Amino acid sequence: MNILKTISACALFVTAFITSFDSLAQQEVTYERLLNSQDEPENWMTYNGDYSGQRHSQLSQINRNNVDELELKWLLQNQVFGAWQSNPIVVDGVMYITQRPNDVIAMDPVTGRVFWMYKHTPAENARVCCGANNRGIAILGDKVYMGTLDARLIAIDRISGEPLWNIEVGDVNLAYSITMAPLIVKDKVMVGVGGGEFGIRGYVVAYDADTGEEAWKFYTIPAPGEPGHDSWDDEDWEHGGAPVWITGSFDPDLNLTYWGVGNPGPDWNPHQRPGDNLYSDSVIALDADTGELAWHFQFTPNDGYDYDSVQVPVLVDREWQGQQRKLMLWANRNGYFYVLDREDGEFLLGEPYVKVNWSSGLDENGRPIPTPQPEGMPTWPGNQGATNWYPPSYSPRTDLFYFSAWEDYATIYRAEEQEYEPGRAFLGGGFTVLTPAIGAPGVGIGRTTPINTWTDEVGHAALMAMDPDTGKAVWKYEQFDVSDGGMLTTATDLLFAGGREGHFHALDARTGELLWKASLGGQIAMAPVTYMVDGVQYVTVISGNAMATFALPE
Amino acid sequence: MAQEISDHQYTSESIQAGSRVYVQQCALCHGPQGDTIDGINLRQGQFRTASSDEDLARVISEGAAGGRMPSFELRPEELSGVIAFIRAGFDPEGVAIRIGDPARGKAIYDGKGDCATCHRINGVGSRIAPDLSDIGLIRTPSVLQTSLTNPIATLQPINRQIRLVTRTEEVIIGRRLNEDTYSVQVIDSNEQLRSLIKADLVSYELSSTPVHEPTSLANEEVADLIGYLLTLRGLE
Repeated sequence: MNILKTISACALFVTAFITSFDSLAQQEVTYERLLNSQDEPENWMTYNGDYSGQRHSQLSQINRNNVDELELKWLLQNQVFGAWQSNPIVVDGVMYITQRPNDVIAMDPVTGRVFWMYKHTPAENARVCCGANNRGIAILGDKVYMGTLDARLIAIDRISGEPLWNIEVGDVNLAYSITMAPLIVKDKVMVGVGGGEFGIRGYVVAYDADTGEEAWKFYTIPAPGEPGHDSWDDEDWEHGGAPVWITGSFDPDLNLTYWGVGNPGPDWNPHQRPGDNLYSDSVIALDADTGELAWHFQFTPNDGYDYDSVQVPVLVDREWQGQQRKLMLWANRNGYFYVLDREDGEFLLGEPYVKVNWSSGLDENGRPIPTPQPEGMPTWPGNQGATNWYPPSYSPRTDLFYFSAWEDYATIYRAEEQEYEPGRAFLGGGFTVLTPAIGAPGVGIGRTTPINTWTDEVGHAALMAMDPDTGKAVWKYEQFDVSDGGMLTTATDLLFAGGREGHFHALDARTGELLWKASLGGQIAMAPVTYMVDGVQYVTVISGNAMATFALPE
Repeated sequence: MAQEISDHQYTSESIQAGSRVYVQQCALCHGPQGDTIDGINLRQGQFRTASSDEDLARVISEGAAGGRMPSFELRPEELSGVIAFIRAGFDPEGVAIRIGDPARGKAIYDGKGDCATCHRINGVGSRIAPDLSDIGLIRTPSVLQTSLTNPIATLQPINRQIRLVTRTEEVIIGRRLNEDTYSVQVIDSNEQLRSLIKADLVSYELSSTPVHEPTSLANEEVADLIGYLLTLRGLE
C-alpha cells in the first residue's frame, strides 16, 4: 500500500514535470516555427522577418489613424564607435542584437534592459573594407549564431549567453570576414564571406547547426573544369572577390536558397580580369540540402564600378502577365530594377530607376549594353550604388516594392593595374565622388557627425515605391541627404523607414504621405522591425548609437 | 598638429606615390577627403593621437584605437609617401603653388583686399562669409588660389547665399549652414543663427554665384595673400 502510494506520487511528479517540459518545448525555436513565421507575427525570428525577404509584418495595432500617437518606450545606448547596422531578432520575449565589433546582447524587448552580453574580440589583423559591421544573429533551437569580423562562426547558448562552439569559416590572414546575419534552413546554419576588396575567393557555406560540422560549401567563383570558369582569364579567378555579405532568402517549395553576390576584384580595373567574372554581381540559387547551383543570373558582367549585388532577394508569388508565377524582385546597386522568375532565373523585366550611364539598357536576356565613360568623366550611379545592402520591403497588400535609392549621385573612376598581395586591399585604382565644386565633400560610406557639410547636389535619397509590373515608381519620398535606411511594411499599410539625417518616418504605404516622424538625430542604417509582447505592438529602429523602441500610449 | 604645408619637405614624387597608396589602402575607411572617421580629418591634419610623422608611421604600421584602425604592412617608400600625401593636405600639386610673404599678404587682407568686410579672423571682421581663422588648416594652397582667382569653382555648395521668405512675410538673407529634408539653417545678414522649418516658408531661393568676383589683385599679391592665409591655423 505504502509502496503503491509512493509510486503514484512519483508518477504525479513526473507528469507535472513532463507537462512543464512540454510547454518549454513549445518555446523552442524550431525550424517549423521559422518556416511558418507568418503564423506568429508577434515574433521577428529571422533577418527579414520571414524567409521571403518581404519584411512585411501582419501586426495591425499601429495603423494610419493612431501612428501619430507613437511614443518612445526605451532607448538602448551603444558604447561602440561607428555606424550600427545590426538587425534585432525577437523571440518569446527576448530580443537579440549585436553591436560592434562582435558583441551579442540579449535583452527584454519591453524595457530595453539587458540580460547578458557575449563579447568576441576579433583577431587584430581582421580586415573589412567598410567598417566593423555586424548585421545580427540567427536563432535555432537553444542557440543563437553570429559570424565575426575574423571570419568565425560562433554558436551561443541563447539562454545563458555561453559560447558552445566557435569555428573558422575563412582565413583571417587573407582578409576573409563575416558581417551578415546567418541564415538558418532546416538543421543547417549558412553564412557567406566578405572580403571583395581584398582579393578573396567568395563562398557560401552551410554547417550542421548542432555541431558546427561543415555540410556543404559553394564557391562563388567556379574552379577550373566547373561551368562558368571560362568567364575568367588565367589565374584571375583565384583572387576574383565575389563575396556574399548579406543574408539570403529561401523558398521551401523549391528548396532553394537565394544569395546576392558581390563585386569582382580588383574592384575598379575590369580590364585586368577580362570575361564576365561569374558569379560576381549575380544572384545564385543554391539547393538548401546540397549547396548545388540550380541557376544564376548576372546583373553586371565584368563590373568596374563596385556594383555588388548584395541586396536581399525578395520572393513574391503573384500574377505576371496573366499567369501566377514565383517571382524575385530586385532593385540592384547598378541602377536597374529587375523582375526574375525564381524557379529558373528567367529575366522578365529590367528598368533603370535612377540616371544610369554605364549602360544604355538591357537586352532581351537582361544583359546590360555597356557604355563605359571616358577616363575622368562621371559614371552614374556612383560607387556606393543606386541602392545597396539595406533591406527593401514588399507589401502584398499594396503590391509595391519599397527601397532607398540614391539619385543624382556619380563617381569618377580611375583604373590601375594592381598585383594581388595576400591580405592587402586589392582595388585596382580609385575613385572620386562628383562634386559641384573643388574640394567640396562627397558622399561617403556613412555619417559619423551630426554636421552635414555635403548637400543634395552630390546625391540625395528617394524612397521609391516600385510597381513590379512596370518597373516604374508610383511615388517617391525625396530626402535632402542620401539614405542607407531599410524598409518595414505592415498589414495596416504603414511604411517605416529612416535615413542618414536621423529622421524616423512612418509613411502611408499606398500614397507616400508622411504620417509621423521622430527626429532621433543619428544615422539610421538598417531597417526597423516590429513585434508584439503582452498585446502591445512595438517598432524598433537603430539611429546613430542608440536603439529606440516605440509603441502606442498605454 | 604641426602640418608644414609650405616647408617643401616632401617631394611631389613622394606625394604622388602616397596618393596612390592612400586611395588603395586608406580611402575606403577614411574617405576620399580623409574626413569620414569621427574626430579625424587627415587632410586638415586633425588626428586622434598622432602628431609627428613618426607617430603617424607608428599608427599606420601598428594600428590603433583597439583594432579599429588596423595595422598596415607598407613598404618604406609607401609609408613615407602616404605620410607626405597627408601632410600635403591631399594635394599632389600643392607644392607647385606660389606662396608669398605673409606680412605683405596681411596688409593686402586688411587694406586693398577689403576682406574683413565679409570674413572674420580671430574675432575681427564680419561673420557673413565663412570665418577664416583656421583656413590655413582646412584649405590647400591650390584651393586658396582658385578661390581667389575663380571663386565659383570653389564655392562650397553648403555655403551658398540663400533668400527665404516666411509665412509671416519675413525676408531672411544669409549664408546656408546646414540643411536636411525638413529644415534649413543660416547665418543671416544680421549675423544671427536662424533655423527654419521648410514647411513654414513660402519662398526658398539658393544663389549659385559667389558674393565676390574673381580677384583683380596682381599675381604677386595673390601669392602674398595665400602666404598669409596659410598662417591662419586656428587656436593652437
